[in-house]
Amino acid sequence: MRLRLEQREKSSPWLNLTLPLIAIAATLVLCGGLIALAGANVIEAYTVLFASTLDSKFNIVETIVKATPLVLTGLAVAVAFRAKFWNIGAEGQFLLGAMAAVFVGTQEGLPTWSLVPLMILCGILAGGLWAVLPAILKTRFKVDDVVTTLLLNFIVFYAMMALLDGPWKDPLSGYPDSPDILMDAEFPILLRATRLHLGALLAAVAAVFVWWLMRFTTLGFAIRAVGESPRAANYAGHNITKVIILTALISGGLAGLAGVGEAAGLHFQVMAGISTGYGYTGIVIAMLARLNPLGVVPSAIFFAIILTGAEAMSRSTGVPVFLADVIQGTALMTMLIALLFTSYRLRVSLTRHG
Amino acid sequence: MNETTPILALRGICKSFGAVHANRDVDLTLHKGDILGLLGENGAGKTTLMNILFGTYAADAGRIEVDGTPVTIDDSAAAIDCGIGMVHQHFHLVPSHNVIENLMVGQKGKYGLLDRAGAEARLAKIAEEYDLKLAPNALVGGLTVGEQQRLEIIKALFRGARILILDEPTAVLTPQETEGLFKAMRALTERGLGVIFISHKLFEVREITNRMMIMRQGAVTATLDNTPELTDRQLGELMCGHELTPPEKPAVEVGRVLLRLSNITAGGTPERPVLKDVSLEVRAGEILGLAGVSGNGQSQLAEVISGVLPPHGGQIEIDGEVLDRPSVKAVKARGIGRVPEDRMGTGLVTTLPLSDSMVLPRIDQPPFSRYGLVNRAAIRDFVKEQVERFQIKTAGVDVRTGTLSGGNLQKVLLARELAWDPLVLLVAQPTRGIDVGAGEFVHRQFLDLRARGRGLLVISEDLEELFTLSDRIAVIFEGRIMGIVPAAEATAQNVGLLMAGFQEDAA
Repeated sequence: MRLRLEQREKSSPWLNLTLPLIAIAATLVLCGGLIALAGANVIEAYTVLFASTLDSKFNIVETIVKATPLVLTGLAVAVAFRAKFWNIGAEGQFLLGAMAAVFVGTQEGLPTWSLVPLMILCGILAGGLWAVLPAILKTRFKVDDVVTTLLLNFIVFYAMMALLDGPWKDPLSGYPDSPDILMDAEFPILLRATRLHLGALLAAVAAVFVWWLMRFTTLGFAIRAVGESPRAANYAGHNITKVIILTALISGGLAGLAGVGEAAGLHFQVMAGISTGYGYTGIVIAMLARLNPLGVVPSAIFFAIILTGAEAMSRSTGVPVFLADVIQGTALMTMLIALLFTSYRLRVSLTRHG
Repeated sequence: MNETTPILALRGICKSFGAVHANRDVDLTLHKGDILGLLGENGAGKTTLMNILFGTYAADAGRIEVDGTPVTIDDSAAAIDCGIGMVHQHFHLVPSHNVIENLMVGQKGKYGLLDRAGAEARLAKIAEEYDLKLAPNALVGGLTVGEQQRLEIIKALFRGARILILDEPTAVLTPQETEGLFKAMRALTERGLGVIFISHKLFEVREITNRMMIMRQGAVTATLDNTPELTDRQLGELMCGHELTPPEKPAVEVGRVLLRLSNITAGGTPERPVLKDVSLEVRAGEILGLAGVSGNGQSQLAEVISGVLPPHGGQIEIDGEVLDRPSVKAVKARGIGRVPEDRMGTGLVTTLPLSDSMVLPRIDQPPFSRYGLVNRAAIRDFVKEQVERFQIKTAGVDVRTGTLSGGNLQKVLLARELAWDPLVLLVAQPTRGIDVGAGEFVHRQFLDLRARGRGLLVISEDLEELFTLSDRIAVIFEGRIMGIVPAAEATAQNVGLLMAGFQEDAA
């Protein structure tokens, strides 16, 4: 028996919708094997995983809080990947956004009404400009963007740690934490007695904004054209350098905004663990959403469920909490394989040479 | 097996892609010594059929017989095992390797060792037997296109091909090189090989084949012996299904100079440019043809005129205005339209919807957008109008551009430019890979532009096309204009010599 791939003439819209669901199902089946290996009941473990995140108003809100930064980093990656600017650096852009927000939010003497807007603006700019750096390297000097965006993450992280261990360390804290932001700089809470903050609203607005940008503006048109065929776009008079740099600015800005939300809405300071890999999870989220900005929202919520639910599952069944990371990785791979089938079909032939 | 058993027979081959029947019940027989011409429009199913024969696609129904024995071919290795060799239009060679190394690519030697001496001996034998000579140590990158093609044929023979498929082999050759290829094809068939010759050039099919098979919409419409009584028109009708009338070329008064290139040096490095001191003029109401074997600077010339490639030196003048800083935008704004050679690469974006591809160069101007906001309705209306006007066959305006056939893609590109009434239209290989019917439509559009006092620069490797269309023919060789011949004085002989770089008897 032989298997082989044959190109499809066109991909069906039905597949476009169902593939992410099939990928998720495949992921859960594959990871079910690991749960069983860890000695737990698979059904029970998954029940806890999903129930713990969705069974009460409080838990649902907590899941949304968790999904907030993921929506933004997912959007950051989705925009960049549309232009085939391989931004693996949302993590670093997130951290810079958070640092910029906390820096502004700790400044005394600014008018109190200006704090929140200024933090948002500076966070977006910090993340955006940090992403422009590799974009310039890519367009001017053809330096591989995967490598530069990835490595810049470590530069930001260790620079941040150096600051937190030194000049920026909160004198009152024994940990490498920054000082807290001012009370007036904290994001308003949207729902009383919960942690649901302004960031969730910003993330939702951002998703609609990116969708609108990609669909209804000439820039979105150019981003898609440059991503699909830089040569044709160039011949048609689109300035590739400009489009890539603007894409990087938007992408990095979204990741930076994610950092602002976490700093101003949740932690009120910068500390070592402010990101648990949100920038990297954003890649998986964007891929699962097939780079569709509106699809990023459910995709991010799914991963928020996995990330928070894994802790409850671990507590009640004894499965290691690392399973959340395994599910993330597996989901990326099943989705990449599933994507193959949007343009190819599998052929099975049973015989060979008559 | 006896004398009448065909070396290759396809019986009842069917292949569908969704609702499209790419091949319907196709029968094909090839005997020893046959040169079978395979004719058909683009999308007629020739490529699908050859892909099935070479193992790229699996047929839905039907069978393949080699020497009367049914075989299953599910990849190219199986095809080679069956003695089927294919020479693609685009060569699959390693330019940095020499001839003998290219022959040994993919060959498994004993114990994983390369048998260079054995390969050289076999090359010598093939060279002698079929009169196909190449120096074993010549670097492939330094070979002419004709020589590279010879190497592809040798490669197929080297792997034991007895059935040779040539996919549009003459598209890249000078008339003289084509003669050489035909000589080699005759030598092959005299020694018992069967050859399938795919071409759009009717006169070549008639010259070289002994039988021809014509396909339309996936089915075989005729299998005929090649007799002198057949006319081009009959063949064209069998291919297209409707009557063809060659376009008339009325006399048009030639007006002012619309595009002038003066001493353009471009491409490569300033010290070693690809284009060397090129000067050309395109005037109102004329079609200037540019002939040349591919790779002699045509694409660089097109890039300079499109504004993509800034020249090292020289001057571009459009309608009397010298461009200080040529750019795609500047050139477009002054009325240069462009239909590129590489439709899928530099013209359209195959993965985007047709509507997006169609407005790609004009998205930043009204009515398609204002203040950076796209007007989807205006785009749809425009695309629908063009689809209707040019009778572009498509399932809709939202389908992926790449799903259209070559002829229809060419219409899309033309429609995209003609909608803005260009002053000068720059076209490269306008009918390459498209069917006779669509080609004629394209030519009619050119002549229509010319009649309206526009200028055209047509870059083509198809001399017949240039002879029909052009008012003057410029010939490019190694980045230089070798001469400009009025169409009335152009012959395959004098243009062919210029294409090969000989200047003395054309002046």
